[in-house]
Amino acid sequence: MNASTELTSGPRPAESRSGAPAGRRKQTGSQRAGGIALTTLTWVLGLAFFFPVLWMALTGFKSEAEAYSDPPTLFFVPTLEQYRSVFDRGVLPYLLNSVWATLISAILVIVLATPAAYALSIKPVKRTQDVLFFFISTKMLPVAAVIVPLYVAAQQLSLADNIWTLVILYTAMNLPIAVWMMRSFFMEVPKEMLEAARVDGATLPQMLRQVLMPVVLPGVAATALICLIFSWNEFFFAVNLTAARAATVPVFLVGFITSEGLYWAQLSAAATLASLPVILAGWAAQKQLVRGLSMGAVK
Amino acid sequence: MSTVQTAERPTPAPASMTPEMKKAVRRTGWVRRAPLMPALIFAILVTQLPFLLTIFYSLQSWNLVRPGSSEFVGLANYVNVFADSTFRGAALRTILITGGCVLIAMLFGVLLAILLDRPFRGRGVVRTLLITPFLVMPVAGALLWKTTIFDPLFGLLNFVLSPFGVDSVAWVSQYPMAAVITALVWQWTPFMMLLVLAGLQSQGKDVLEASATDGANRWQTFRWVTLPHLRRYIELGLLLGSIYVVNTFDTIYMMTQGGPGTSTTNLPFYLYQRAFLGFDVGQAAALGVVTVIGTIIVATVAMRLIFRSFSREDS
Repeated sequence: MNASTELTSGPRPAESRSGAPAGRRKQTGSQRAGGIALTTLTWVLGLAFFFPVLWMALTGFKSEAEAYSDPPTLFFVPTLEQYRSVFDRGVLPYLLNSVWATLISAILVIVLATPAAYALSIKPVKRTQDVLFFFISTKMLPVAAVIVPLYVAAQQLSLADNIWTLVILYTAMNLPIAVWMMRSFFMEVPKEMLEAARVDGATLPQMLRQVLMPVVLPGVAATALICLIFSWNEFFFAVNLTAARAATVPVFLVGFITSEGLYWAQLSAAATLASLPVILAGWAAQKQLVRGLSMGAVK
Repeated sequence: MSTVQTAERPTPAPASMTPEMKKAVRRTGWVRRAPLMPALIFAILVTQLPFLLTIFYSLQSWNLVRPGSSEFVGLANYVNVFADSTFRGAALRTILITGGCVLIAMLFGVLLAILLDRPFRGRGVVRTLLITPFLVMPVAGALLWKTTIFDPLFGLLNFVLSPFGVDSVAWVSQYPMAAVITALVWQWTPFMMLLVLAGLQSQGKDVLEASATDGANRWQTFRWVTLPHLRRYIELGLLLGSIYVVNTFDTIYMMTQGGPGTSTTNLPFYLYQRAFLGFDVGQAAALGVVTVIGTIIVATVAMRLIFRSFSREDS
């Protein structure tokens, strides 16, 4: 808010023509000062929100004595000791399970969602709206409500503690997001382009490859990334449906609840390691993040 | 802006068509439907089937630790659900956690989005910093808040507040609800910020300039031009945020285990407790059904309203 204008909330803009300062375009000294203040405030808030992440990353390189100190240790000699302990604790199988569950389900989601999105946009089926709302309504089903039958079914199909159980559930979990998101990319394909290709006598495969693919491919990548983020961080299914064999990284972190007091540095190293893939992926896909999170509604 | 309306509406078969023509129309209908089917069938199998089973189990008395103990009991489980004061408490706390988190996160989100919507040095970096809390694994985030920040002896919060005479407060056990909501707000603010920022940036510069030429000051422009434009982005953020936050399990599992007592037990955590700590399948299933019905009623209404407002503005 700049200092030269009064805070009058009452009149609508059109009515307050008279009180306008003349030279709005030129930056005055007070405006520049205001700008600097706002920039500083933005930076301070940004750093404040980031601070817990930074502190986690730093603590992971401390010794346990340095992590568990009052006042907090700011300067220290970094050590990789904690990361070694995390691997000694056997994080590797958990990491591999996470990688497989995440990757395979992302591929499945794309394979299922891309043709579905096509059938809901380019060549729409009847009752497209209803189908779209059906997909999104499955997102509203509280997962905790169906955990019992899922657990029993997994037991009876010998899929208990099996990575494929997670693959199937993560695919179902991300499918609605992917359908909506992919659809928003298909809707961007200019109709004239499709029409022109058809007039030129392009066959369906030609049309898919030469007209649709180039427009939609970035969408496939963005959708896959969003799926990776959600599956990697998923905890509820993982903790309830897996045990020693198929447990993923979030389940590994549960082991730190009880022994937290003595192992802050190790805990931080493990938490950093667990979060790093998604943080990097999210940073890389920043531009697409909002579209994925809003299921394609916002670009 | 995406739309909910269809790009090319399939024409319904008029009554005057010959049987062959009708058959052809039906065939093209199936050709159109074929690409959709695998996804639709998969979604129905994996999401609706378990729900039907939940309804079936909810009519049984069945304890997991006693195999073969299942028997049909009708609506007895439902009677128990509505007589269960812990369930009512959990439902209330779910609303409190969801509403509190989503509203506070939205306030921060709007503030941060406005601050980010002006050019300044390092804008990209600050944006990157601000989205990070959303990317941190929630389980990891909850553990960190509980230990390095909220710990009574060595936590950062008590250290920062110690000059103000605050000493050795055990945040998580003394203020469990506030502690949980704080961690959730931290996690969800970036989500809200991104949506609102997208809204701000989709605003036509000409509209803002017109309002400035008309002599509106910045507050007036914000109140009468920007805010109405942002409204549907805010609504969308609140709705989608609620859908996710209502299911919060990881943060509560890691920070408080629903406690002390049941002071932070929300519905997902209570359902989990009943199913996996009580092994009471029938009771847990009935709880699930009631939860689902409640959620669906609230969410469908909100959903229709909000997505309608999105498609209306497009057309």
